[in-house]
Amino acid sequence: MATEDVKLIGSWASVYVMRARIALHLKSISYEFLQETYGSKSELLLKSNPVHKKMPVLIHADKPVCESNIIVHYIDEAWNSSGPSILPSHPYDRAIARFWAAYIDDQWFISVRSILTAQGDEEKKAAIAQVEERTKLLEKAFNDCSQGKPFFNGDHIGYLDIALGSFLGWWRVVELDANHKFLDETKTPSLVKWAERFCDDPAVKPIMPEITKLAEFARKLFPKPQA
Amino acid sequence: MADEVILLDYWPSMFGMRTKIALAEKGVKYEYKETDPWVKTPLLIEMNPIHKKIPVLIHNGKPICESLIQLEYIDEVWSDAYTILPSDPFQKSQARFWADFIDKKFYDPSWKVWATMGEELVAAKKELLEHFKTLETELGDKPYYGGEVFGYVDIALMGYYSWFKAMEKFGEFSIETEFPKLTTWTKRCLERESVVKALADSDRIIEYVHVMRKKFGAE
Repeated sequence: MATEDVKLIGSWASVYVMRARIALHLKSISYEFLQETYGSKSELLLKSNPVHKKMPVLIHADKPVCESNIIVHYIDEAWNSSGPSILPSHPYDRAIARFWAAYIDDQWFISVRSILTAQGDEEKKAAIAQVEERTKLLEKAFNDCSQGKPFFNGDHIGYLDIALGSFLGWWRVVELDANHKFLDETKTPSLVKWAERFCDDPAVKPIMPEITKLAEFARKLFPKPQA
Repeated sequence: MADEVILLDYWPSMFGMRTKIALAEKGVKYEYKETDPWVKTPLLIEMNPIHKKIPVLIHNGKPICESLIQLEYIDEVWSDAYTILPSDPFQKSQARFWADFIDKKFYDPSWKVWATMGEELVAAKKELLEHFKTLETELGDKPYYGGEVFGYVDIALMGYYSWFKAMEKFGEFSIETEFPKLTTWTKRCLERESVVKALADSDRIIEYVHVMRKKFGAE
């Protein structure tokens, strides 16, 4: 197989970068991981993503692809003959996977993030309640999509597993911060087992960040107001 | 067995217009059901329980929600006719990027420019013009966003066309003056029957905007 020129601009802590990395690992693609320094944006990032100026950016043979879910689609399509398929094969299943991936980014993550940025107990309580409600929907989505199999995508991890699973490190950090378990054996039994399987997957395990390291980084990103 | 295709949509929705264009381009016959999203009918709740919004495409009883997802679905299911998305993975990723940009960035100021007042309106107008400029630059001298063929990004943006007159009126700017390439592109897209039939009348949209402005307290 010819060596491909693949670079990924990102950071070890970013959920969105993780999605791209998992997809690349699933397809056994070698790539150069160009890590950004926290607090600044490299020339290459600004040049490759002039519209949003954000990571991740996949650069394949000098051509940049931006936005994590678009990158995952691209990896699946550009390397469609290597490794397992990341998107489901049936158009309806693909539509469902895309729907939930969009829900995770547009609705679910917004409420998770608001726990970390909440000012005061009332705001925090409201944010926690919203995350509980939205996570319940994801539990049902898992049961509907997986149809008894280990992953959203069936027998092996796929697009929707990656979309949600990439959040697992941060999810744990938020649980510690809120002192509240969202992934719970009684409330979300399917997601609890799925999370373990996901984190154990060989495409995921080497790159899932350590929780303590992530928690320390979170304290930098979301400083608590001074007493 | 013949396909049963139903579209739950509301006449002013820029998102529904995209889906109507795509279905027409593919020659798909469907039943249109006018659905006011402010009135949560049992059918709407059943078909889109998460968001309770339109458009909802129902294919043989199974719902597909979110207009861009519907476009990809329509392209994948009715795949022997003309294609909406390019086949090359990189070109496809660029098409998805720009459609995503339209929804992520362009959408918000596009309604704030008629729904807000004062400082919020000033900020919305500035942002809207910036995004129009970005879209003008990206189009360049190409006939369509994807190049020679009318496609995904064109459909994604033309869905908003009926609202352009309202944006111009309340934002106090002229697309023709400020964005000549976009103007030429809109005229080219308006030569397509699929587009003309899908779009709402711009003046009717302005009347609708006046009603909405009263609701938001902007007049």
